Amino acid sequence: MKSRKVKLMQGNEACVEGAIAAGMRFYGGYPITPSTEIAEISAVKLPAVGGKFIQMEDEIGGIAAAIGGSLAGLKSMTATSGPGFSLKQENLGYAAIAEIPLVVVNVQRGGPSTGLPTAPAQGDVMQAKWGTHGDHPIIALSPSSVRETFDVTVRAFNLAEKYRTPVVILTDEVVGHMREKIEIPDPSEIEIIDRKKPEVDPENYLPYEVKDGELVPPMAAFGDGYRFHVTGLTHDETGFPSNSSEIAEALLNRLMNKINANLDDILDYEEFMCDDAEIVVFSYGSTARSAKSAVKKLREEGIKVGLFRPITIWPFPEEKVYELSKKVKSIIVAEMNLGQLVLEVERVSKGNCKVSHLGKANGEVITPNEIVSRVKEVL
Amino acid sequence: MAVQTEIRLTGSGGQGLILAGIILAESAILQGGNAVQSQSYGPEARGGASKAEVIISEEEIDFPKVDKADILLSLTQIALDKYADSLKEDGILVVDSELDIPEDVKASKIVAVPILKTAIEKIGKAMVANIVALGVIQELTNVVSKEYLEKAVLNRVPKGTEELNKKALQEGYNLVKDA
Repeated sequence: MKSRKVKLMQGNEACVEGAIAAGMRFYGGYPITPSTEIAEISAVKLPAVGGKFIQMEDEIGGIAAAIGGSLAGLKSMTATSGPGFSLKQENLGYAAIAEIPLVVVNVQRGGPSTGLPTAPAQGDVMQAKWGTHGDHPIIALSPSSVRETFDVTVRAFNLAEKYRTPVVILTDEVVGHMREKIEIPDPSEIEIIDRKKPEVDPENYLPYEVKDGELVPPMAAFGDGYRFHVTGLTHDETGFPSNSSEIAEALLNRLMNKINANLDDILDYEEFMCDDAEIVVFSYGSTARSAKSAVKKLREEGIKVGLFRPITIWPFPEEKVYELSKKVKSIIVAEMNLGQLVLEVERVSKGNCKVSHLGKANGEVITPNEIVSRVKEVL
Repeated sequence: MAVQTEIRLTGSGGQGLILAGIILAESAILQGGNAVQSQSYGPEARGGASKAEVIISEEEIDFPKVDKADILLSLTQIALDKYADSLKEDGILVVDSELDIPEDVKASKIVAVPILKTAIEKIGKAMVANIVALGVIQELTNVVSKEYLEKAVLNRVPKGTEELNKKALQEGYNLVKDA
């Protein structure tokens, strides 16, 4: 029988519920406001399902432990906020090159540095993409509600497993701390993807060998009897370092291609009243809720406005926004920062329409009325 | 009841206002409605300004924060002075009777009742002031029913304190009835 539990739940709690439903069995982290509930609730819930929770000495240790957990075969997560996300950047790059499935949650707060611990922001969007050095693939997802936090977390694990890559959940203090009505789906309704295991014997296993036509190598777990080497250095299919420019090129191409060749699978977005819209508000995370409210108010006045809400932020939905830019007169990017994803919207719009920015980084949310006023200015 | 009711509960950290907000939202959900609860607080665990917000609606709730409140509760002077003008002109202001109400407050109704004193003297625990306040709000506005409010309170409070909290709710109702 299917059971659907209706309850009032916090965004951070829904993140843990989604993670456990997706199969998370290891959490390594260091608590920080406004993400602390994710660590707290994981500590309570993981042992009950046979999982492990460890609080490390700092955020660097947290992500390192999660990488270790994943290498040992468990779906692993770490959660943090801005200051901790900065510390995790080095190991985020390590997970990218060593192809470790991993979910990193960043409940964004005001920055820079320790900034505004209890206030929301969306200032880590570019950091999620470029925070770790070197060209590398990254997937980042941004939920707008408690229920979507559950779904996005399940999806983050699925994408991490499928593409053997770190996936960042970029949520914010509003979505993380708000409580709203949520119906938790029955486990039978949740799609779960597990990493591919090697089909060859341990003696014949090459940890980074991909079959023709495939982009993701099967992954053995430490402890399964497969001996292999893992490194942050550029490596060949044996997993051992190489200085060869051909190997470096092939590796990096494959890493980028894992994501770029699968955009249809990875990209996710919501379009609301965009069909006949002359103006579109581009917004994500908690700010998109203000934008939706504004769009509804403006529609009541007969103003043709819509909302485009990317749920997958990285890779950026370039094609979709480009198509939108050819259709509308103006795109207004509303985000709680002083100008980040607006740069991507401008870049991919190629001058087809006017692009303007409605930003805020003072710890306050952008209100529906502020968006309504801006749309009227643009009209 | 309006389609959407926006409630702001204000006071200082440690007064249990966030819990009060959660209970209010849970009673609305038990009743079959929709609710969003959010909060803001400083980095301190005790003291400092605390604010919990609840939106109760029959429909989808987009913007989760309260702009102008239909109902404002203030348990400290600092909170009242800070949030008094965030009440709708036709809104209801509920304050502890120890507070000085700013002269320029606009509200359709101002209710000053001894919430903190009732908790301490009649129940014997300052901690239940939040539950007394919920009783006051319920009796005044009927924003959620007594039945579901009591259910939601009992779901949330520690075991062994059920009777105490029921009594706190009742004293809250009485404060309005006797006013």
